[in-house]
Amino acid sequence: MNLLFLNLVQTELYKIFRKGRSYIGFGAIAFIVIVIQIALFVDGESYLELGTQSLKDSFTFQGNLLNGYLSVFIILSSLWVHIPFLIALVAGDLIAGEAAAGTLRILLIRPISRTQIIWAKFTAVLIYVLAIVVFMAALSIGTGLLIFGEGDLFVMKDMLYIFDSSDALWRILASFAFSFLSMSMVASLAFMLSAVVDSSLGPIIMTMSIIIVFMIVSSIDLSIFRAVKPFMFTTYMGAWREFFSDPVDWHKVNTAVVALVTHIFIFLGFTTWYFKRKDILT
Amino acid sequence: MNATPIIQTTQLSKQFDKFTAVNKLDLTIYQGDVYGFLGPNGAGKSTTIRMLMSLIFPSAGSISIFGKELKDNREHILSRIGAIIEKPDFYNYLTALQNLEMLNKLQSARLSKDKLYEILELVGLKGREKSKVKTFSQGMKQRLGFAQALMHNPDLIILDEPTNGLDPQGVKDVRDLILKLNKEQGKTILISSHILSEIEIICNRMIIIQKGSKVVEGSVNELLSFNELHVSFEFEDDTKALTFINEHDFLAKKFIEVVHQRYHFNLLSTEVAQINKLFLDHGFAVKSMIPVRSLEDYFLNMT
Repeated sequence: MNLLFLNLVQTELYKIFRKGRSYIGFGAIAFIVIVIQIALFVDGESYLELGTQSLKDSFTFQGNLLNGYLSVFIILSSLWVHIPFLIALVAGDLIAGEAAAGTLRILLIRPISRTQIIWAKFTAVLIYVLAIVVFMAALSIGTGLLIFGEGDLFVMKDMLYIFDSSDALWRILASFAFSFLSMSMVASLAFMLSAVVDSSLGPIIMTMSIIIVFMIVSSIDLSIFRAVKPFMFTTYMGAWREFFSDPVDWHKVNTAVVALVTHIFIFLGFTTWYFKRKDILT
Repeated sequence: MNATPIIQTTQLSKQFDKFTAVNKLDLTIYQGDVYGFLGPNGAGKSTTIRMLMSLIFPSAGSISIFGKELKDNREHILSRIGAIIEKPDFYNYLTALQNLEMLNKLQSARLSKDKLYEILELVGLKGREKSKVKTFSQGMKQRLGFAQALMHNPDLIILDEPTNGLDPQGVKDVRDLILKLNKEQGKTILISSHILSEIEIICNRMIIIQKGSKVVEGSVNELLSFNELHVSFEFEDDTKALTFINEHDFLAKKFIEVVHQRYHFNLLSTEVAQINKLFLDHGFAVKSMIPVRSLEDYFLNMT
């Protein structure tokens, strides 16, 4: 990795973090995390009551069920519709925004290959995604443990799973790590669309439209949709939930990782190929 | 003038769907030229310049710069070119200095902060280094455009409509800067414009294109000496001026019309002084003499 590339990445990061829109994601996540934590603090017992109602006849629950790990799990489950939008807001602007502003021209008349520019911008957006995910993890785990303390994590999926507190943390961290991969895939899609159009609004809307349509198709249990599900990236984005099974279905996790990484490479490959040939008319 | 070609295009063409923006354009710019690239709006000047800067890819033909094919030596060639392409755009949320510092990071040979300050002073932005670009007028952005074009000491400078948005003093400053860069530092300069008079003052060679095709290329002196000027004269007392003009074959041939006591002639540049003397010798005190030459007139004369 040469010095010029590192300088390019540094420059792109500088541009990302100088823009107000980059902080919308951090602000929105902070707001949602805090709101959920407060809501759980105020009304968490009745939420738990509702969740355990059907089991009360067979089980007696003891201990601190409303704990930090449960609050993080609830936050993880609720935020993955909004985070793609916040990521697309930045990734979709990276090329199209500069094209619309005319600053892409000033970059492209520099003695730097277009491939390096694309890869530097993409590296910068991955760092931004990492920052968002780390921020979300740190805030939700930190505030969750602070407010609610530790305890066993109980998760209701196809069956009831109870994870000892010493077992819960690595699963949560693994979920966040997987989420970084998921959100990187969203970023790569928005980034690709940003290379194709010259207005940043288009890639943001298109990215969200694609995600929403895919999610709707995934949720409808028709044979024709079942046939295309393996090819839709949204099928794999929810695989973080596999970390809350015992044992973890590593085959599903690995399949999802491979699928998401493949999508990233396909989107990035297309972006590089397209951008190298694109006439810059703005 | 050194006969080494710095830029050479061969049958350069660009097609956008069914529209031909540039059509088999051959041009040659030599080392040390201040080369005028003229044409009316929409002639294909900016498209050609974008192809030279590899912002746009040719549909056909080739571009050679510094003796190398552009498509195979892009980064090396661009490292020796500084350019302003149309209206220069910058990161409005950054200051002038921050914009240059950012671009400075992308160069192999970095400039010191002092040097960046010097460049900003050279282009007339002293005192505005730490102002955000969003507060700049178009003229100030144009000056900053010059700064980013010059900061890596390029051998070739390409300027697309460099005086756009500048006041008369600014236009003069740009003209002086271009002449200084050419005469003192030996830089080759390509200037595109739709204003012939601007090109005439500073360029030694020029090309005129129309609808994507070359109309004429050559030395400015040679091309424009055969071009007639439209000159209007005003006299202190013009009572007998019209009679005098009609009595002299030479004047009558050159005469166009009189409008609001201004007598309009089509003259070669070498004939202007001759006619002025003729009037003075016959007692007609010339109050004013205004030459007007537009690109449109040039085209009309060419056809």
